[in-house]
Amino acid sequence: MTVSDTRPTAPDPAAPPPAGPGGRRPWQTWLRSTTTGSRTFSVLVTGVLLVVLFGTGSARYENFGSPQVALNLLVDNAHLVVLAVGMTFVILTGGIDLSSGAVVALSTVIAASLLEAGWPAPVAIAVVLATGALLGWLMGAAVHHLQLQPFIVTLAGMFLARGLCFVISVPSIPIRDPFFQSMAQDVVELPGNTFLTYSVFIALAVLVAAVWVLHRTRFGRTVYAIGGNESSAALMGLAVGRTKVGVYVISGTLSALAGLLFTFYMLSGYSLHAIGMELDAIAAVVIGGTLLTGGAGYVVGSLLGVLVLGTIQALISFDGGLSSWWTKITVGVLLLVFVVVQRLTTRRARPGT
Amino acid sequence: MNRLTRSPLLWPLLALAALLLFNLVVNPGFFAVRIQDGHLFGSLVDVLKNAAPTLLIAIGMTLVIASRGIDLSVGAVVAIAGAIACNSLVSAPDPTSAGAAVVAISTALGVALLLGAWNGLLVSVLGIQPIIATLVLMTAGRGIAMLITDGQIITVDNDTYGWLGGGYLFGIPAQVVVAGLILLAVALLTRRTALGMLLEAVGINPEAARLAGVRSRSIVWTVYVFAALAAAVAGLMISAQVTAADANRAGLFIELDAILAVVIGGTSLAGGRYSLTGTVVGALILQTLTTTVYTVGIPPDMTTLFKALVVIVVFLLQAPRLRAVLARRRRPAPPPLPSGGLPEEAAAVLTGGPVLADDEHTPAPTAGGTTGSGRGALR
Repeated sequence: MTVSDTRPTAPDPAAPPPAGPGGRRPWQTWLRSTTTGSRTFSVLVTGVLLVVLFGTGSARYENFGSPQVALNLLVDNAHLVVLAVGMTFVILTGGIDLSSGAVVALSTVIAASLLEAGWPAPVAIAVVLATGALLGWLMGAAVHHLQLQPFIVTLAGMFLARGLCFVISVPSIPIRDPFFQSMAQDVVELPGNTFLTYSVFIALAVLVAAVWVLHRTRFGRTVYAIGGNESSAALMGLAVGRTKVGVYVISGTLSALAGLLFTFYMLSGYSLHAIGMELDAIAAVVIGGTLLTGGAGYVVGSLLGVLVLGTIQALISFDGGLSSWWTKITVGVLLLVFVVVQRLTTRRARPGT
Repeated sequence: MNRLTRSPLLWPLLALAALLLFNLVVNPGFFAVRIQDGHLFGSLVDVLKNAAPTLLIAIGMTLVIASRGIDLSVGAVVAIAGAIACNSLVSAPDPTSAGAAVVAISTALGVALLLGAWNGLLVSVLGIQPIIATLVLMTAGRGIAMLITDGQIITVDNDTYGWLGGGYLFGIPAQVVVAGLILLAVALLTRRTALGMLLEAVGINPEAARLAGVRSRSIVWTVYVFAALAAAVAGLMISAQVTAADANRAGLFIELDAILAVVIGGTSLAGGRYSLTGTVVGALILQTLTTTVYTVGIPPDMTTLFKALVVIVVFLLQAPRLRAVLARRRRPAPPPLPSGGLPEEAAAVLTGGPVLADDEHTPAPTAGGTTGSGRGALR
């Protein structure tokens, strides 16, 4: 296997050159690890893309470069960050979760209807999270114990969650609960006359926790091992079953949490909220450099992916002349570029596949 | 009789029969078909007519899934086909003429051909996983349709075009005729020639098929083109039915319905063996279910819940491990075929036995996917 030297080799502070095994020079090992062996390169590309997109916006539109616009990317997409983190877990094992958008909608409806019925906010939040975890557990159990395909199981889960939304309430329910109101309106003042909402801190905390779980725990390593090769992981004696069910529970719970953040954002519960949001999350994960076959990728990449999607939306809303459907087309094109690049790099990494 | 009890189609058919029977009980006039002005009318005709677009897409999807792929972009193709046809009609010199309709339909089909070729290129030449390759067009496609219609709902007034949605041929709704003819053509092409076998070979093991001299690449490419064409025809039907192009809502989630129809019909997402008859039954089950929800008077929004419940029952029965457990339990004495009139679930559970006990004679439908890893669904 030869190393291609046509690839751009931007310095990567995250990967200090290690001592090369097998007599290879450190820089060769590093180049190999950044281009093919690891996904840091993909994350780096996404980061560069984000900077370029944001730079373009700042150069073209007045006020685009202000710090608050950058922070608003997080404020407006906190729920999507949480959703994408959950999706990353599932995709890392080689699965997929199509139900997450519907679970977001179900969460908004459950929260709104419970609050309307006079339940206290903490109880409503607990019920929402428990519902998400239960749905995730059911889907994970179906995937692992019944050996059904994740695509079809989570598709059924998506129909189930949407159907339950309609059973609970067809019209949109407004939320007047003081706690939810304060979560929606209160902001944390930051220096430089900028602010963030509490949702952003929750999303970032989820992200940090996810990084810790994936890279510092046995569970996380098993997630990567299953995505790499499930049979090998099982033969190594790893807890494949428990981990596979676990990632769906995580995805279900995080979808419910994303639903709560979305509820804070919209202050209403509606069955038709978040239609197609699972596709945004999948797109963010793929743009963030995670392989859909599983086994390689970082949650930080997913965060960058969400921010890239958010920047595109911001660019289009800043440019009054472009219609909203350009968002979809641009995201499609970006997906294409990333998938093709992924394909070319993995083909080089694993000849014969 | 023995062959009948072994057929994997037995219990989807029974589920369909149970649904129809249930409708008959609720609405005694359900099976009545009358002829009015030389046209067929009746609830059953409506079921067939409304199932036609989903069925068409599901036929294309069956072939794609048989090749170990999946096509998520068909819903977007539906929207694009309607948008292009209506746009072409509106800008034609004489929007009401038959010639304008022919041009509009041909343009839409031509564009669908290109879209299918695009999907096929990504999957068969670049080797991108089908689910993500078609996700690209699924995401961008609806945006493209909006671009064509400029975000508006374009209404058209053309009798020839409208015929595709509301017309009749020999008293039969045009949608049923078109879907039936395409189904017949596909059945003849894949079952009376070697094409179907080659397709299954590609789906079971692409590499082995290639080494055996099967031109995997062209076959895979062809099925994606066909799936897009079928979706475009369905899109024209949907748009002709309302004589308008709605880029936002036309064909929304129809790809999921089509995939469900295929899977309910017994075709495994892991590729290989497929059943066109099963797909027809699956599409009819979904449509009858929707009709039932309307008949019973449940708010139509709840259709998704019933769909989910039926699908969950179906998948539980199809689950390899559950089938294995049932097979072990039933093998000593396969129970006789129950007669009709049982509630749907009881019938499905009972008949699950003999069908399932037969696993050893037929290749496991999820061969290659039985490890339960996501690969099966994702490849």
